[in-house]
Order: sequence, then C-alpha cells, then structure tokens
Amino acid sequence: MYHAVTFALIVTMALALLRAVLGPSVYDRVLAVNMFGTKTVLLLAVITFLLGRPDFLDLALAYALINFIGVLAVLEFFRSRAKQTQSGANGNR
Amino acid sequence: MTIVFGVFLLTLMLITAFAIVRTPNLFVAVMLTGIFSLLLASNFFLLDAADVALTEAAIGAGISTVLFLGALALTAERETAPSSNRFIALVVVSVTILAVVYATFDKPRFADPAAPVHQHIAPWYLETTRDAIDIPNVVTAVLGSFRGYDTLGEVFVVYTAGIGVLFLLGKNTGRRRDKPDDAARGLRHYLIPRMVGRMLIPFILLFGFYVQFHGEYGPGGGFQAGAIVAAAIILYALLEGENRALKVLPRGLLTGLIAGGALLYGAVGVVGILLGGNFLDYSVLSSDPVLGQQLGILLIEAGVGITVTGVLLSIFHAFAARGRF
Amino acid sequence: MLETLLDVLSWLLLSVGGLFVFVGGLGALRMPDLYTRMHAASVTDSIAPILIIGGIMLQAGLSLASIKLAAILLFLLLTGPTASNALASAALLAGKNPDQARPLDEESTQ
Repeated sequence: MYHAVTFALIVTMALALLRAVLGPSVYDRVLAVNMFGTKTVLLLAVITFLLGRPDFLDLALAYALINFIGVLAVLEFFRSRAKQTQSGANGNR
Repeated sequence: MTIVFGVFLLTLMLITAFAIVRTPNLFVAVMLTGIFSLLLASNFFLLDAADVALTEAAIGAGISTVLFLGALALTAERETAPSSNRFIALVVVSVTILAVVYATFDKPRFADPAAPVHQHIAPWYLETTRDAIDIPNVVTAVLGSFRGYDTLGEVFVVYTAGIGVLFLLGKNTGRRRDKPDDAARGLRHYLIPRMVGRMLIPFILLFGFYVQFHGEYGPGGGFQAGAIVAAAIILYALLEGENRALKVLPRGLLTGLIAGGALLYGAVGVVGILLGGNFLDYSVLSSDPVLGQQLGILLIEAGVGITVTGVLLSIFHAFAARGRF
Repeated sequence: MLETLLDVLSWLLLSVGGLFVFVGGLGALRMPDLYTRMHAASVTDSIAPILIIGGIMLQAGLSLASIKLAAILLFLLLTGPTASNALASAALLAGKNPDQARPLDEESTQ
C-alpha cells in the first residue's frame, strides 16, 4: 500500500531536484530545496511504515523541525547580502 | 521493492553530485549539497541504518547548510577558475574508481546471513548487549560501550575541529560594533517567521533533549542531539539577531561546553580506573554491572552532546561575527 | 470488517496524497514564473501531509506512533506556509516583480 506513495514521493523529489538544478533565479532553488525537505519528511514517515519499524519516526520529526532552519538561514543570507550592497551603494554609513 | 527505491535515490544523488561539481555558482552548490545530504539520509534510512540517517539529516542537511552559507557570506559567490592541470587528477580518480568497483565484486550481498560479519561479531554483540547492558538499541551499545574508546577519539576529533576553527577565525574577532538587532527593527515582513520560530524553538530544544536521552531505546544519541540543540540556538540567532543569542549563551560558556563535554567523557573513563576497573569500564560505576553500563553510556552520550553543541555554536558565531551574516 | 474499511480509507487517503504530491512537483517544474511555482509548491505542501499522514495514522491506530505522526503533521503545517511566506516576501523585497511573466536571472542577487 505504501509503495505507490513512496514512488510518487521519489518522483516528486526528482522533479524538485530538476527545479533546483534548472531554476534560473536563486529563489527558485530555495523553493526547490524547501519542497525537497518537506517531501523527505513525508518519505521518511512513509518508509517507516513500509519497513514496519514505527520507532523510526523520530527522524521524520527531527527533520521536520530542522528543514525550517535551513530555509530561514538562506533568507537571512539574502537579506544581509542585500543590505551589504545597499550600504555599499549609499556609501559607508 | 526497496532496492528499486534505493537505486532511484542513488541515481538522484549521482545527478545532484554532477550538478554540484559543474555549477560555477557556489550558492547553487550549497543548496544542492543540502539536497545531497537529504538523499543520503533517505538512503541510509532505506538500509535500516536509523542512527546514521538521523545524524546525516540533522548535521548534513541542517547545520552544514547554515555553516556553508556563513562561510559564503565571507567570500565570493563564484568559484575561481580551476587550475589547468586536471588531466592527471582525472586519471588518478578513474583508476581509483575502477579499483574500488573491482573490490566490490568480492563483497557479500547486502543482509546476506552467511557473510562473515553475521557469523562472528554481530551475534556476539547482540547476545552480550542483551546480557550485560540490556538496552534495546544495540548501535548505541556498540558505540558507547563496546567501542567506547573509538567514540572517545571521535569526541576529541570534534573538539579539535572546534578549537581549530576558533584558532583560524578568532574567538572575539574585532569588537563588533553594536549593530541594532535588525530583525527586531521595523522589518514587518519577517514578523511571521519570528513568531513561528519563537513557538518552535522550545519544541526543538525539548526534542533535542529527548533524542539525547532516548538514544538507548531508539535512534539517537549524543551527536544527533548536539546538532539538534545547536540548530535550535542557531534558529534563535537567525531570528532575533546574533547579539541576543550571545547573551543567552556567551562565548565563554560555549568554550566551556566544548572542553567540558570531552572532559566529562574522559572523567567517566578515569572514574572507572579509580573504582577498580579498566579505563572506560562502566560495569564498576554502580553496584549492579548492568546498571553501571547504562549509567556509563548515559554519561558519555551527555558528554558527546555537550561538546557537539559547543563546537557547532562556536563555529556559527565565529562565522557570523566575522562577516555581516 | 472494520479493518478492511480502515485499509481502504487509508489507501484512498495515501493515493490522493500521493497524487497531490506529484501535481505539486509537476507544477513547480512547469509553471512559468517564480510566484506561480511557489503557489504550486506551497499549496500542495499543505494538503499532501494532511492526507498522507492521515492515511498512515489510520494504519497506526491508537499508539505512540500516532502521537508522533500528529506532531510531525503539526510541525509541517506550521513551518511550511511560514517558509513560503518568508521566501515570497524575500523575493518581493529583492525586486522580483510578480507581474513579469519571465523568470529573472541571477545577476540581480549579487
């Protein structure tokens, strides 16, 4: 029963990977990585039940929490970059 | 059927690795490295290696991305032109690949019950864990008790990496001009992530401690827990500004954590000697040897977690103070 | 009898969830612009976990695993839209105009 969902998830991960490789702007890539992270959490949860070991759900929980941090770090990186170019353009404050 | 999924994931990893190598934009490479770590973690999970998968997901996909971005903020975003003499490198790598592939022909198949490792050492570990240590997670038993000396070496590797980075980047790099907390100033656009982050941070910390102490019963342990707790503090630093994070856990405390964890581990070993056993012999830590083993594993995992947290946070602050991350 | 009903229901939820996942991935790949891609990805990222984890929870019954699954669902639903919001506002602040139909190139980030 879980095989179909796993297959759909892995195919979508491939599509997200394609977007991360192709995406013309950096935001496309960040979007792709975020989507990839969510799909990974779902994949981990489904495979846990596919393999029949419900104790392994901790991994999915851990990654659901950590995925958020990665995306925010990237956005903080952009914000500081934008601020850098901005203050460089306006001269040293 | 899991073999098919595994092969599919490995193919995706191959594509990702190829894309990482070929792209000249380092930011793209960092993003793809995060995806690579996730694929690797999923693969480990398919192979039933839950502890390794948890470590890979927590450290490789979470913390490493943040640290790479911190490093990228200090340097250029495009890679410099590669050196010209790459033909020799290509030959060396190809020969190595062929040698490794040839070597895999002799390996036993995955989960083959007749493999040598399943005849001698693995049954012994399984039985001795049940008799002498009595915890369900044999991986933690092997890591903490049977191969405790190796794990001591690993903690010291992490410790050395931490002080190495601190030597290179400096502990208190330039009195940082007291930048106002930008995230707290009028940027209303970031209100929602801040609020959600504030709700999440206690849960991440709680989960980190759960993983730390639950390592004997399920996937978990010191390395993973250290990464998760560090991730929570890094989230706080990203949302509320680095200065506030430094007020919560000042640099001196972080240095103390780095050394304290390794010291705790070594101290458990020395206490074993003082109580009459060998170095890192946990059976003498309590009147009941089984309880002593469990106590010993608990203490050394705590030491590992403390050191890993301290190191990851120190490296993050070292990067963040240096640039304008 | 109840078991079969639960199995069928769970199979249904998982299949529809998988379908949404695939549609989201296809949308993220084929949509013409950054914001339309974000729309495809984030909307399906909210509905798919509900369906998939709901389907798994029916299989797990009343146990610790169900509580953990509920926690996973809660965190996914909490962090998914937030990340999309943060991404969209960052893109908007950086000047990616949603009116343009063509995706912008990377030079504007440097």
